[in-house]
Amino acid sequence: MPSEAVGTSLFEGAVQGYNVKLDVFEGPLDLLLHLIRKNELDIHDIPIALITRQYLDYLKIMKELNLDLAGDFLLMASTLLQIKSRLLLPLPEPEEGEGGEPEDPRAELVRRLLEYQRYRDAGLDLGACKLLGRDVFVHPCSDVCSMEGITKSDDGPLELDLYDLAEAFNRLLSCIPAARAHEVAPRDVLSIVDAISEILDRLENQEYLEFEILLLESPDQERMIAFFLAILELCRIKLIKILQNSRYGAIYIFPSTTVEADLDGDADAVTFP
Amino acid sequence: MQSPSLKATVEGLLFVSDGPTSLDRLAELLPEYDRAAIRISLQELRDGYEERGSGFTLVEVAGGWQLRSRPELTPYLSRMFKGRPVRFTQSALETLAIVAYRQPVTRQEIEYLRGVDTGAVLKSLLEKRLIKILGKKEIPGRPLIYGTTREFLEVFNLKDIKGLPTLREIQSLDEIPVYEVQEELPLVI
Repeated sequence: MPSEAVGTSLFEGAVQGYNVKLDVFEGPLDLLLHLIRKNELDIHDIPIALITRQYLDYLKIMKELNLDLAGDFLLMASTLLQIKSRLLLPLPEPEEGEGGEPEDPRAELVRRLLEYQRYRDAGLDLGACKLLGRDVFVHPCSDVCSMEGITKSDDGPLELDLYDLAEAFNRLLSCIPAARAHEVAPRDVLSIVDAISEILDRLENQEYLEFEILLLESPDQERMIAFFLAILELCRIKLIKILQNSRYGAIYIFPSTTVEADLDGDADAVTFP
Repeated sequence: MQSPSLKATVEGLLFVSDGPTSLDRLAELLPEYDRAAIRISLQELRDGYEERGSGFTLVEVAGGWQLRSRPELTPYLSRMFKGRPVRFTQSALETLAIVAYRQPVTRQEIEYLRGVDTGAVLKSLLEKRLIKILGKKEIPGRPLIYGTTREFLEVFNLKDIKGLPTLREIQSLDEIPVYEVQEELPLVI
């Protein structure tokens, strides 16, 4: 159990300027590294009792200040206690055929701490890069003359992934009004199969369909979802390709044959993992 | 009128381009010139800007070439972009670093390394298009795997993913294959 003396002396100064203090720790590993550095400990030989005590003191301060204790901090506290108890127990007899010393119970924690420190430093290195928009700037591209239309596209259509598609779908869903409760007439239900054949029919007559227009034609969510699922299914069985002209630009649906003919198959359209 | 030099042509293309332009792309736009000559003119342009202390430089970034302002001008130029400074929190940088060095990587692996929940950070990085979903990992649960994007290279001024600053070595730590460590990963939902 943490002794009061250590608890108050360690974080006495911290309590006043506390808001600032807390933001410093990104998580339990960050806090542990801080304690190790503060006590000038050797990371390969951590006195678990000392560290655990200080760690718990810190959690106590967080509690006293009515802060939500993140579960991650509690998980680490129990890990520390488990390590300590394993250190106290006699070592089990090494099993037959399993040579070598049994691992120090602290080894895993040390590995994690070092690994974490490594990526934390790497993050700092990244933050020190000449960031675009912070340290360096580019000639802002003026959209006045930006070109419309697929054929004029500069670098050819962009690939887009499932995330883009789902995001676009969500945006559209938010456009349609919420279900109207007073409507009682039975609506005609559109199955995914129907939606698939409708898309394919339309693609026979048109060179391409526009994702947004296709979905917004649907008067309600159900139809919209049916169409969206139909698009995903068609993409999966490789009957259509989905391309986007620019970031956040319109998304187009092509029958897969024309795309290959037009683009010589170099634009690798959506593929779903 | 004299026909413009290759150097001027390349400079003009870079000036109007709205992102890093690759050598391939330049060669494609200028079929009348030799690819090697285009490469030389890029280097000449870059050296030229350096020599005359120009307000911008030509940098190799995200697999292409781009005109960017000279870093020394930041204090002045940033006055122009006051309202929207680009800032990253420590957690965002940590997460980005893990994704960048360890890609393809799952959320569970990131959280194991960081020791904290990373869902919100990943979401915001996805929205900023600094990372993307690469697919699903063929292990139970089929978790999503993440990697960095071209925008990440652009924003962090990196030529390619190999241009990342090298990870500082861990002193005297036995080389443990990382995936072995992750096998023991406790399931955190």
